[in-house]
Amino acid sequence: MKRKLRWVSGLLLIIALFVVIIFYPPASLLEWQSISLMRFFLILLLCCIFCLYRILRGPTPADRIVAIDILGILVVGFCAVLGIPTGRPWYIDIGIAWALQSFIGTIALAKYLEGKGFEE
Amino acid sequence: MIEIIAYIFIAVGLIFDLFGCIGLVRLPDVYNRLQASTKCVTLGTCSILFGLFIFRGFTATGIKALLCIIFLILTAPVSAHAIARGAHISGVKLWDKSICDKYEEDKK
Repeated sequence: MKRKLRWVSGLLLIIALFVVIIFYPPASLLEWQSISLMRFFLILLLCCIFCLYRILRGPTPADRIVAIDILGILVVGFCAVLGIPTGRPWYIDIGIAWALQSFIGTIALAKYLEGKGFEE
Repeated sequence: MIEIIAYIFIAVGLIFDLFGCIGLVRLPDVYNRLQASTKCVTLGTCSILFGLFIFRGFTATGIKALLCIIFLILTAPVSAHAIARGAHISGVKLWDKSICDKYEEDKK
């Protein structure tokens, strides 16, 4: 019973967020580029909220490390989307540097999870 | 026209990202979550970067986007494999409806 209630509440939350994403910027006010960019940012924020839920709730440390890895890849997507409306060339530099840092951090966390040292 | 193609690539990549993150929330096990989310999010982010490359063309930003695609494709499977190996060694159990565990058989 409690499990079914959790299912229904989660489904309703996701449907409400989709409705907000589809209808929030009113389509008659702006041109289509800025409206679609707003929806892109909202969808990326929804993905980040899912990752934060898994980081907070995850039963084992491995779940949290997986969610941190996914969050690091999503930030690269954020930098790529930010490069379109602003026209500045250094957002993609931030993306490359973030991908490198995220890869090294994930490898270090996986070695920590393995329980051995860094010598091998 | 080029702008519309770039926006379509970015939208497809965002749909892949969203499905990967729903799999990260929904699935029951560490290994299921890893195999659902890592592939989807890597392909989706590569598609977003390719959309940026189409939008900018062969300028500095576009070529950096291509380099970032190559870097992500090289590094994301490596980190996912390292996480799976670390989780299996540290003793995270499989889901109780899982059928077989080949890595456990290989270690004996």
